[in-house]
Amino acid sequence: MTTTSLTTGPSWARLPRRHVPVLVTLALLLVMYGIGVSQYRAFSNIQVIFNVFIDNGFLLVVAVGMTFVILTGGIDLSVGSVVAMTAMVSAWLLQSGLPALVVLVIALLIGPTLGFLMGCAIHFFDLQPFIVTLAGMFFARGMCTFISDASIPITDGFWTTMSQYRIGDPRGNFVSISVLIAFAVVLVAAYVLSYTRLGRNVYAIGGNPQSALLMGLPVARTRIAVYTISGLCSAIGGILLSFYTLSGAPLIAVGMELDVIAAVVIGGTVLTGGSGYIFGTVLGVLVLGVIQTLITFDGSLNSWWTKIVIGGLLFAFILFQRLIGIRYK
Amino acid sequence: MTDSRPVLTMTGISKSFPGVRALHNVDFRLFPGEVHALMGENGAGKSTLIKVLTGVYGIDEGTITLGEEQVAFNGPMQASAAGVSTVYQEVNLCPNLSVAENIFIGREPRRFGAVRWGEVRRRARQLLARLDLDIDVTAPVASYSLAVQQMVAIARAIDVQARVLILDEPTSSLDAGEVEQLFRIMRQLRDEGIAILFVTHFLDQVYGMADRITVLRNGTLVGEYPTAELPQLALVEKMIGKELDVLEGIEEHSRRDLAALEGGTPFMEVSQLGRKGAVAPFSLTIHAGEVVGLAGLLGSGRTEVARLFFGADRADRGEVAVSGKPGGLRNPVQAIERGIGFCSENRRAEGIIPDLTVRENMILAMQASRGWLRPIPRRRQDELVEQYIKALSIRPANPDVPVRNLSGGNQQKVLLARWLITEPRLLILDEPTRGIDVGAKAEIQKLVVQLSDGGMAVLFISAELEEVLRLSHKVAVMRDREMVAQLNNDDTVNADRVMQTIASGSQREEADK
Repeated sequence: MTTTSLTTGPSWARLPRRHVPVLVTLALLLVMYGIGVSQYRAFSNIQVIFNVFIDNGFLLVVAVGMTFVILTGGIDLSVGSVVAMTAMVSAWLLQSGLPALVVLVIALLIGPTLGFLMGCAIHFFDLQPFIVTLAGMFFARGMCTFISDASIPITDGFWTTMSQYRIGDPRGNFVSISVLIAFAVVLVAAYVLSYTRLGRNVYAIGGNPQSALLMGLPVARTRIAVYTISGLCSAIGGILLSFYTLSGAPLIAVGMELDVIAAVVIGGTVLTGGSGYIFGTVLGVLVLGVIQTLITFDGSLNSWWTKIVIGGLLFAFILFQRLIGIRYK
Repeated sequence: MTDSRPVLTMTGISKSFPGVRALHNVDFRLFPGEVHALMGENGAGKSTLIKVLTGVYGIDEGTITLGEEQVAFNGPMQASAAGVSTVYQEVNLCPNLSVAENIFIGREPRRFGAVRWGEVRRRARQLLARLDLDIDVTAPVASYSLAVQQMVAIARAIDVQARVLILDEPTSSLDAGEVEQLFRIMRQLRDEGIAILFVTHFLDQVYGMADRITVLRNGTLVGEYPTAELPQLALVEKMIGKELDVLEGIEEHSRRDLAALEGGTPFMEVSQLGRKGAVAPFSLTIHAGEVVGLAGLLGSGRTEVARLFFGADRADRGEVAVSGKPGGLRNPVQAIERGIGFCSENRRAEGIIPDLTVRENMILAMQASRGWLRPIPRRRQDELVEQYIKALSIRPANPDVPVRNLSGGNQQKVLLARWLITEPRLLILDEPTRGIDVGAKAEIQKLVVQLSDGGMAVLFISAELEEVLRLSHKVAVMRDREMVAQLNNDDTVNADRVMQTIASGSQREEADK
């Protein structure tokens, strides 16, 4: 018998399908930016884009962690509370006089620890990620108010430096250090997802957990790892938020987990898992940021319009994902 | 080949699950360079033996020796690292990942921890070339047919210098050409010295491929035989444990008088029913007490016809009349109300609810047709369930076992019972005997005859022509999503003629125009 060719369908129809959602998000972003530039003269200033990153750096980092979780087909509702708790603990420890470096290490350990525990609960007791991370969300939020029910200001030198230091060009455009940290997180995450076994296992589990198990992949370790990674990203996000606001407040970032999920989904990651890219998540966060900016520029619109637009977009995107048929199961 | 030493020896293996003794004191040997068929009815313990071997389950008693060493794998990864690889019945690949990645995931070539994608693709192409498969290794696995996916799974299995390759019902969803391709690969691997453990329900395939046969029954070992010394009939007897005259009994029943049935009132008449992209318009009449067989190759539109009959897909043209009353079937609820039952081809995904018990699965359709506000009294449930467990000899005969613990054939019987309880007037059976053993197959065939004798109309779909011809009064032949012929199953009709019809698409008796 000679060599058999059993391809199905033309290759042009198959290859880009995985990339379609990301491309659509990119197109949407360009259109929105185009609208901004055509309506408002100041919008074309490069600093507008930098500001989107400055204002949403922490959101981006948290969304990166969420992307890992959603790629396995899970969800993490605890991220907003963990962000708040990290900021709160930092502010509280700094107030009590601990050195900045020690505070940083402690603050960065809390999130991953909680994530690790939630991952263990989800995997070993076969619990729904929704309910486990909901418990984590209440716990972390409760801890915030347990520490203090009022906002704690941060006056530490390291924190204020990080907050105020500007990296810019001679014409006065600048970004904060937080933006660079966020970029670093994005690059590391993109590398991990495409070039390491951990990353590929994340996709495999999202594609078909039963197969992943029978193929001998370390499902337990990977599943726990993604919640730990999400916890770490939330912790980094919390630190960035405390750089940004120079305080820890018990009720900050309420509902942020939903913004994050929206950004990830608009970025083209499918909620059932197995399909999506970090680059898409970056675009998703930018879409949210540009919507906010547009509404701020308009000035006459209530800021709640941001939510309305995001709601509409989210709905359009999940419909769209269903229509182009990213359903392997 | 039997003069060499066995590569794998399993001795005195026992394994129990809550309520079920799956394996009891089973021995098994496998020699290098042989194809060894593991045979047995559903629930005989074949799958359990394989899962015990590969470490999916632990063993209660017994030892496993691979080469010279005693082993106890803690999972498929460890087993495959030691050279024991498995390709399962339902292809276990990740549909979202590329072909190349599915072959290598978990053991990708890396440099400094980074996956070398170029190398992955190159080696995947190399490996698939060895299997004479020329496909785009960067395309997601989901974009290929089941047969190709099966080959990809085999490529993955043999990459790890496999000494033992386990194929658990690899052919159950392949068509004839694809099976031949698979066999070619199996022969090639066997000649390379790999020991192949082959599980299948197709006796022809066993006699075409296997060097030796081990038979299990009810979790115990019946014996190990060279294929040449075990005639087909003897094998079936050993699997079932009793003389097999059921099949012959059915033969007499078949080819019954169609004229008498057609004189009666038609139960369901469809004319020019069709659905764009699924099946071309066709007309078909089913009378009470009539068995209509639907023959055709995989993907020829058999299932699509069944789904239109049940309202699972909505027809975009044509007319339907049930019991003389016209009116389209818009959804399955309407179909059930009119006395139509549908046993789907895909029992795992569309039929059985694995976590519910046998009893709960059985009463599901009846409860649905009564409405949820009128629960079926427990005593009535018990009566019905007991009756059907007995009638279909479902094993274990315990109504409170979760269905997931039953073997494939017994799950199929539970699904049948679910519809039989509702006493439908037309029962649509889509591949009811696929992936189940000879004994259960004969029981299901016998049941179809009994039901039609009792006045039930049956639409019977099967890839096995013999089976269709044995049971049907009338055979509708599908080809390329078109009903190309309807043949009255009289003496002039045999497998060859149906095959010819499928091949040529001629004899358009009732096809359009």
